[in-house]
Amino acid sequence: MTDIGFVRSEMVEARPAPVRTSGAVAWMKKNLFATPLDSVLTVFGVAFLLWVVPPLYGFFFGNAVWAGGTVEDCRVETAGACWAYIAAEMEFFIYGFYPAQEFWRPNLVFALGALLLAPLLIPKVPYKRLNAVLLLIAYPVVSYILLAGGMFGLRVVPTEQWGGLLVTLIISVVGITLSFPIGIVLALGRQSSLPIIKTACVMFIELIRAVPLITILFMASVMLPLFMPQGTTVDKFLRALVGVTLFTSAYVAEVVRGGLQAIPRGQYEAAAALGLGYWRRMWFIILPQALKHVIPGIVNNFIALFKDTSLVYIVGMRDLLEAVKTKNDSAIEWQSANMATTGYLFAGMVFWVFCFGMSRYSIFMERRLNTGYKR
Amino acid sequence: MTTLDTGQQTAPRASFFNDPVIRGVIYQVVVAALIISFILWIIGNTAANLAAQNKTTGFDFLWRTAGFDISFSLLPWSRASYYWEAFLVGLLNTVLVAVVGIFFATILGFTIGIARLSTNFIVSSLATIYIEVIRNIPLLLQLFFWYFAVLKAMPAVRNSFELPFDSFINQRGIMIPRPIPDEQFGFVWLGLALAVIGVVVLRYWAKKRLEATGQRFPVFLTSVAILFGVTAFVFWISGASVAFEIPVLERFNFRGGLQLPPEFVALAFGLTIYTAAFIAETVRAGIQAVNHGQTEAAASLGLKDADRLRLVIVPQAMRVIIPPLTSQYLNLTKNSSLGAAIGYPELVNVFAGTSLNQTGRAIECIAIVMLVYLTFSLLTSAIMNWYNARVKLVER
Repeated sequence: MTDIGFVRSEMVEARPAPVRTSGAVAWMKKNLFATPLDSVLTVFGVAFLLWVVPPLYGFFFGNAVWAGGTVEDCRVETAGACWAYIAAEMEFFIYGFYPAQEFWRPNLVFALGALLLAPLLIPKVPYKRLNAVLLLIAYPVVSYILLAGGMFGLRVVPTEQWGGLLVTLIISVVGITLSFPIGIVLALGRQSSLPIIKTACVMFIELIRAVPLITILFMASVMLPLFMPQGTTVDKFLRALVGVTLFTSAYVAEVVRGGLQAIPRGQYEAAAALGLGYWRRMWFIILPQALKHVIPGIVNNFIALFKDTSLVYIVGMRDLLEAVKTKNDSAIEWQSANMATTGYLFAGMVFWVFCFGMSRYSIFMERRLNTGYKR
Repeated sequence: MTTLDTGQQTAPRASFFNDPVIRGVIYQVVVAALIISFILWIIGNTAANLAAQNKTTGFDFLWRTAGFDISFSLLPWSRASYYWEAFLVGLLNTVLVAVVGIFFATILGFTIGIARLSTNFIVSSLATIYIEVIRNIPLLLQLFFWYFAVLKAMPAVRNSFELPFDSFINQRGIMIPRPIPDEQFGFVWLGLALAVIGVVVLRYWAKKRLEATGQRFPVFLTSVAILFGVTAFVFWISGASVAFEIPVLERFNFRGGLQLPPEFVALAFGLTIYTAAFIAETVRAGIQAVNHGQTEAAASLGLKDADRLRLVIVPQAMRVIIPPLTSQYLNLTKNSSLGAAIGYPELVNVFAGTSLNQTGRAIECIAIVMLVYLTFSLLTSAIMNWYNARVKLVER
């Protein structure tokens, strides 16, 4: 018996325990102190936060004057944000000069809008088509009757008295709903094989996209009255709406065109081979696929539109920003060091909530609709 | 059935109204007729309206004296200046704020975009917060904030904040020293120009040598050395000097130095902050668009870290970044028109605002302003088409 086999006779030394890969210490090691440079950056970052956060906290919360405070509290040297001012002027920020006893009408419009919009946004709720018809066709008519009055015994409220968040929301909602179909038609026209239609669409899209919104609004407010037959007066509100809608539809058109170009040629040919006409081809085969591709782009356009509604201030409309600026400049009874800052911060927060909400919803939809290519 | 009776086989023809060619012609004629009649209708209405208001049209007003003040101008401006000079002043102001904004927004945007991709949690979170907050608030609101809430709340002239380098900030803007080069300074510019030419030649030579022999030459460091060395050398031997005129507080206001008005400061600052957030997203997307396999492939070729970035990752990322980056630059230029709302005398403010109101020539003024922006836009897209054609991936 030769001893050819090798049998270990003693146990191997236990290896050191693995470096922790989970838990707070491991996380910090990986995300904060991975390299010397990282450590330096972390130290600077923490120092920056220590420098910035306490004063900001003090301004927003700690030393802030909350609703119920008085202007004297706001005038104290150490006082932070003057939320009391916002609370006192809230009605003006939301409704503008809308008569106070009629506030139930815009409130009803807000409530109806929320009631119709919420089920449309939640994917699981049924009756989407009916819902969309109600929201896009019935709701605007009802809202207009409610807000403007003059029918069913409602008092007439001229558009000059509308203001604040109400106007911001109306302009953006109308702009979004109208610019979407116009944008699709323009995009289809740009892809068309008919040269005259194509040229007309390209010229319109490129002209609008080349100039800033301000010039379009100036044009709408100065030149639209000139374009109309003599004697017709175009409501100031309507002028701004026309400008905003034309502007956004050109941008939507370009986004949709991107989606149309992303559809493989075979889809067009297959649809034609089924014997479908142009509109059926587009409606049933091409657009559903193309629009799915471009949802993030379209939502980005709508976010931009929502932010751009603030520009109507320049042509003399009373939107949220104008309401805040007016009060900042004129509400002498609230005059204090942080009053203007608080006003703009409030307006900023309102805009931010809407825009951020839209962008999160678009990310959610993008994930949901990302069928087919999931890995 | 008639075709069968003749016994001849002809291609089946669609009926007249189903023929796509004929339909196409009909559609186009209808659309063209609609568009033309719409335009004619508008022209007719406009002519009638103008006639009713006793207004004249034409561009002759450009050669009339403007008679209004412009608070900030790069060209000599007085009330006796003509409207076309007002146009130039506005145009130059727009270009000035756009160039300043683009310069700073690019630096800030690239920094934040790269920070957002950092593996360091604090750095990337700070970058994300910056982007998400700034992108979701209207630019006009931000401009109001910087102008009315920050700059207008600055101390009065007497108690100005002192910044480094003899600069001051107060309600009336920022005062910085004005560099005054002497006559010899022309030589320095000449030296700089020569150095630039030298660098271009060097790069060309280094590339040729790399292709011929495979040997690399430290182009970047040599270029920096040439640029600085030659310029400094010329500066030294020509005896040129730069004097600085420092702003001095007098009884009521600062005298001397470069005085940047608060409108300009607020607009440039706001545009920079706002556009940087968008540029940062563009940069992040561009870097992420480079497949990770590229990094690994470059590593397996034996390239060093710096070379890997410089030769493999950055060129591919730049191809994705540059087109949206230029459209951000264009956006910034267009957004500079918001200066009208805070009283910065740029093109829209001077021309579509004051000049339009004074002359009543609405159509002419707005057409000119639109034409300027259209030119900017067409120029940019022409350059971009050229660039895209140049960097396009060449496939089989």
